[in-house]
Amino acid sequence: MSLKAQEVATQNGQPDASYDTIEAKLTFRHYPGDRFSHESLGLSVEEVGDIYRNMLLQRRFEERSAQMYGRQKIGGFLHLYIGQEAISTGSAYAIKPGLDSAITAYRDHGLALALGMTSNECMAELFGRVDGCSKGKGGSMHFFSKEKGMFGGHGIVGAHIPVAAGIAFAHMYKSDGGVCICYLGDGAVWQGSFHETLNLASLYGLPVVYVIENNQYAMGTAVDRATAETDLFKQCVSYAMPGSLVDGMDVFSVCQAMRDHVDMAREGQPSLVEIRTYRYRGHSMSDPGKYRTKEELEAKKNEDPILRLKSYIIQENLMSNEALDVLDMEVKAEVAASVTFADESPFPPLEDIYDHVYTQEDFPFLT
Amino acid sequence: MAELQLREAIRAAMVEEMDRDENIFLMGEEVAEYNGAYKVSEGMRDRFGDQRVIDTPISENGFAGLGLGAAMNGLRPIIEFMTWNFAFVAIDQIVNNAAKIRYMSGGQFSFPIVFRGPNGAAGQLAATHNTSVESLYSCFPGLKVISVSNPDDAKGLLKSAIRDNDPVVFLESEFMYGMRGQVSEAEDYIIPIGKARIAREGDAVTIIGHNKSYWRALEAAEMLEADGYAAEVIDPRTIRPFDWDTVIASVKKTNRCVVVDESNPFASVSSEIAFQIQARAFDYLDAPVHRITAKDTPAPYAKNLMEYYLPSAEDVYRACRAVMYLD
Ligand SMILES: Cc1ncc(C[n+]2csc(CCOP(=O)(O)OP(=O)(O)O)c2C)c(N)n1
Ligand SMILES: [Mg+2]
Repeated sequence: MSLKAQEVATQNGQPDASYDTIEAKLTFRHYPGDRFSHESLGLSVEEVGDIYRNMLLQRRFEERSAQMYGRQKIGGFLHLYIGQEAISTGSAYAIKPGLDSAITAYRDHGLALALGMTSNECMAELFGRVDGCSKGKGGSMHFFSKEKGMFGGHGIVGAHIPVAAGIAFAHMYKSDGGVCICYLGDGAVWQGSFHETLNLASLYGLPVVYVIENNQYAMGTAVDRATAETDLFKQCVSYAMPGSLVDGMDVFSVCQAMRDHVDMAREGQPSLVEIRTYRYRGHSMSDPGKYRTKEELEAKKNEDPILRLKSYIIQENLMSNEALDVLDMEVKAEVAASVTFADESPFPPLEDIYDHVYTQEDFPFLT
Repeated sequence: MAELQLREAIRAAMVEEMDRDENIFLMGEEVAEYNGAYKVSEGMRDRFGDQRVIDTPISENGFAGLGLGAAMNGLRPIIEFMTWNFAFVAIDQIVNNAAKIRYMSGGQFSFPIVFRGPNGAAGQLAATHNTSVESLYSCFPGLKVISVSNPDDAKGLLKSAIRDNDPVVFLESEFMYGMRGQVSEAEDYIIPIGKARIAREGDAVTIIGHNKSYWRALEAAEMLEADGYAAEVIDPRTIRPFDWDTVIASVKKTNRCVVVDESNPFASVSSEIAFQIQARAFDYLDAPVHRITAKDTPAPYAKNLMEYYLPSAEDVYRACRAVMYLD
């Protein structure tokens, strides 16, 4: 049996006289759903439309990717972001494009599209073609775009967390005013790199926001089977930084939280944000999802961030059904075009295998 | 020329480069306030300030990765490991990130970073503190690996490593930090990466050795000289990329070769050198390539065992006589 801190300090609910006690009052910010509106965020109707379009683009892009995976156009692992789109899009509306940086793990298609990478370069990368965002060298888990401030796409759980601190360190060192946002899964919290890095970030006052996308599972392991303290945002306490909890099914809550935390980062205060979300698909394409019930999945589908925004738009009379339908058609057409583009893009020539290992052009590889 | 200790030559290289380029910074355990665990960075914090000479907690994985992110975003970090033994907890950052992200990004990001620190045997510290890592890191395309044997090479090669736009694993030695040697005072003294040094010319046998093993090679060459034979001694200096041209030309001349390598023997630098020599100069060989390495065991503690564990000049000398069929 494990004793909570409180129980250790008390006896039958009364302070245990044989011990002195230390009391710590902890306060965290909470950003629940349905708390913020486009008006409170100062978003124009047009911007709300863009947000909706962007989330929908991620959804349709990935649905199409799943199909293409089935047709063996895509190899390797394919981890879909479906259900989590409010996080990528919501935070893209909290950063300064062209200045700020972002980095994530292998579930990276959504963030790439939110940062403005094109469907074409993303689909071509999935297909392993030369026109892919990583020239066919990275695949699904390793999307990069220096131009868009997308520092990857990283396949080793937790390995990108220190890298994010370094990206932020460089922003600070150069005094360019930039901030780095680092996304990680609930499963990555138990990599040592997370703890080493949060401490470093706090010590050095780095302009970084760590965002735990708590989608409830690390592959088949539910959070409470891997984590003793299931409020992941409380990890901030050990590293003397602010922490928040956010409803990740509401894009406005995400956007507000990320704006607040990005502001802190810009002032040299790193922080931790736990965003609770849900992935509707399996961990990757091979996962039948036997570790969760149908009922749980169906219940979560009622919170779908895209449907939620759609009904908000209709309720608030921001756009007509017809206008939304037009958007839908546009997005479908964009995704369909990306499949054609990817299919027509050539495979990388064999001699490309030696490119991009080193910056040195004439490295004498053993052959 | 100026006489410097190895640690001073390394420091001089860092100081000169940091004076030249503001984007270079030094980070590691005890590098700033304590002036370096082995006093390599002595005085550097006073010169460059806390912004550029930065102490870390004992978080190798964390600060190695931090260096990589800084490199991706335009800086040129020098990351000091107190010793390379402690970099094993950061190996994911070096092997998966430093070596591979450039490739996986289709060449969008580069990693102008140096990871440096002492490598290999350091006395009676037992197995965890006596690892030679050059064979390991040389396995990974994307990394460059330099291992220096003297102050002059240390200065010229570290300056090159700092200027290089690819990640460099730079291997020093606790045993040699206090070693003195003449160091060029030429302005901007640069030794190119990937070029071996022929330290001593000869025609009887080629002996190849880097870092401390270079000195064993040289001692063996002196013993052979007493026997009336001139050994050619080559310090490869860079392990990856390796200067095959210099080694193969030498073997074609001497027809015999002994490799001295402080790594454990299996799949080591010496294995690769022996393979390449047989592939490229088979018809020139008058004897199989021999090698003297650390024993195929973890490093022991007891003084006698540790001496037995490491390559000795006597071992190298005997191997040379063997390939010359003298005994
Ligand atoms: C160091 C490491 N260990 C194991 C894996 C295999 N693996 C890939 S994803 C994953 C689960 C991670 O879950 P989480 O961090 O919650 O992210 P999510 O998949 O939910 O987005 C595991 C164990 C890996 N890629 N890297
Ligand atoms: Mg998860």
